[in-house]
Amino acid sequence: MKREHLHTLVALVENKPGVLNRIVSKVRQRGFNIESLAVGHSEEAGLSRMTFVVDASAVDTEQVVKQVDKLIDVVHIEDITTKERDMVARELLMVKLKATADTRSELLNIVNVFRANVIDVTPESMIIEATGDEDKLDSLLDLLGGYGIIEVCRTGRVAMVRGPERVGPDTPSHLVLPHLSGGRAPGGLF
Amino acid sequence: MKLTGAQIVFESLRREGVRHVFGYPGGSNLPIYDTLIQYPDIQHILVRHEQSAAHAADTYARVANEVGVCFATSGPGATNLITGIANAFMDSVPMVCITGSVVTELIGRDGFQEADITGISLPVTKHNYLVLDVADLARTLKEAFHIARTGRPGPVLVDIPRDIQQQLCEFEYPETVNLRGYRLPPPPEPADLKKAAQLIAEAKKPLILAGHGVILSQAYDELRTLAETCQIPVITTLLGISSFPGTHDLCMGMPGMHGMYWNNMAISDADLLIAAGMRFDDRVTGRLKDFAPNAKIIHIDIDPAEIGKNVRPAVAIAGDLKAVLTALNKEVKPKDHPEWKRWIKQMRDDHPSIALPETDKLLPQYVISRMYDLTDGDCYVCTGVGQHQMWAAQYFHFDKPNSFVTSGGLGTMGFEVPGALGVQVAKPGELVWSVCGDGGFQMTLQELATIVEYELPVKFAILNNGYLGMVRQWQDMFYKGNKSAVKMYQPDFVKLAEAFGMTALRVTDRTQVDAAILAALDHPGPVLIEFVVEEDENCYPMVPPGASLQETVDQPPMLKPVREPVALR
Repeated sequence: MKREHLHTLVALVENKPGVLNRIVSKVRQRGFNIESLAVGHSEEAGLSRMTFVVDASAVDTEQVVKQVDKLIDVVHIEDITTKERDMVARELLMVKLKATADTRSELLNIVNVFRANVIDVTPESMIIEATGDEDKLDSLLDLLGGYGIIEVCRTGRVAMVRGPERVGPDTPSHLVLPHLSGGRAPGGLF
Repeated sequence: MKLTGAQIVFESLRREGVRHVFGYPGGSNLPIYDTLIQYPDIQHILVRHEQSAAHAADTYARVANEVGVCFATSGPGATNLITGIANAFMDSVPMVCITGSVVTELIGRDGFQEADITGISLPVTKHNYLVLDVADLARTLKEAFHIARTGRPGPVLVDIPRDIQQQLCEFEYPETVNLRGYRLPPPPEPADLKKAAQLIAEAKKPLILAGHGVILSQAYDELRTLAETCQIPVITTLLGISSFPGTHDLCMGMPGMHGMYWNNMAISDADLLIAAGMRFDDRVTGRLKDFAPNAKIIHIDIDPAEIGKNVRPAVAIAGDLKAVLTALNKEVKPKDHPEWKRWIKQMRDDHPSIALPETDKLLPQYVISRMYDLTDGDCYVCTGVGQHQMWAAQYFHFDKPNSFVTSGGLGTMGFEVPGALGVQVAKPGELVWSVCGDGGFQMTLQELATIVEYELPVKFAILNNGYLGMVRQWQDMFYKGNKSAVKMYQPDFVKLAEAFGMTALRVTDRTQVDAAILAALDHPGPVLIEFVVEEDENCYPMVPPGASLQETVDQPPMLKPVREPVALR
């Protein structure tokens, strides 16, 4: 999968029924594809944190961000990929595969190399969990492919910006129009 | 004292200043209707279809500059509202729609007349609510009105289960709302205003594109001050019509697909566009990549998501138009553009897009033109969608602020009948014309009963060409004249209106037009005039679908499609 157009968006949303539906509906309606989506509690009671990855240009992503920001239940949203600061992104993978006495020790070697964990073993199978960025998990899956994968389960990306700042309603970024200064190319299309 | 949920609804409406509600009762909003009689200060208008309740609330909101309110029951009542809600959403009209829902214990269990109306209305509302606790009801309604009328206005739906309408609760209407995720744009940045003023000072060929935002923000005077101070011609989009006096020297009329030829050429030649409360709809821009190739753009809109969506501005100001123009007017210096204005004048003289041909035929354009002359433009005009709408936009000149009421973004046929109803309720002493197509009229004509019942003196003018005219025009031009499913059997419109209890006239000859219009104006009650107009008249100028504004065809001969048509209004 090509990743150059992937943007990681972080949203803090009111923890109310239907909020996920509102956001996903808005993104779908505007014609964008969600590559991954992870939702859970945030540092603040009543606010959920959503991390979603969209495959879109910077300009299109700006449009998604503004459209989602209009939703009443969205307290904050920003594209943390466009920031000059770095982010760290992780995903959790669980994979269930065939594992017999013959293959178990080879598999354990791979598990060690990837700093993964074995979380379930039976005479014919094994469940491995691993955390990392998508590339690392892709390589792990490539290696395991030959042993007979039964199930794969991935959480999708969660991400944070490095450094002491908080991504939240106090960061003013959602009110500025980042790509709008600097004029307009002849022809009118961007 | 404890009130029922239904009483809380009316107490809240009262506190929001609501005087009229358009609605239709049913099983799931019976407690609300049972309570209606306790609130004689709120007049309920019983429409004949819920779609009309939404359209009437929409036009009421537009001309009264208030939040329009409509009621409907659950299931089919609520789904019938959807077209009207979507129409209000596209045109940024503040509305609160209160639907009854099945009792809470039946929600999600396919109860009789249950529809997931918050799910269904999600993409066409600014926000919506399902109230599951009567203690939340007052706060919810307070928020609904606040959200509907502030920022970029829009429709908000509140779904209230029948048992919640009956439950008792202490009533206290909140003074304020607390919505963390709902922020209104801050005041304009001085730096942006200075940059905009500088671009205006430098421009040799500037234009103002005035949209619905001028009307929604009541920025008529501020727009006029800017235009007159800097002598900038003003082009009004379809929904911007009547935001600037139609007979003003600087008023240029409509741009775009059926806009004035001179406007489309001027936009293509301009070096600065000041877009005030408009969103660069495809019907305005034509082929986007060739839109205004020489112009810098100052885009002022209250919705940040509109800025940069279709065109990239040199200066972007997200804010309330009235506030922004007030601030901008302090920055600009008086100037004039005599050469630019001469260029435009020449273009208008060479291509008089709306000159009427000399003919004995009964042309629809002539009817509109006479309506204007005989009323001095002192009236409200509500239209449906299609050729008659474009002719009303072209041949009527709107000096009265906010007097042209039409379905813009969604392009909803049938808007003209319930739309005129809403306008007349909001403006009881005023003259209201409903300019109808014969197709659209048949979509909502049941509202003639409402109009007669409530003694609303709306004047209907059906421009009957026996076709779905705009579709027929496209089929003739772009589908090799294959007139597919556009010729309509017509009822006898005069007898039909008479059956509803209205006065009605039929006009088949040009010489009868004035007398019929004057008779309608003279009659104190509602009147319907059927104008049997030329069948094959086409609407010009026209930008072929997919073409740029530079390719505007001022008059026939036949247009050639530039590429396959993509969308049809």
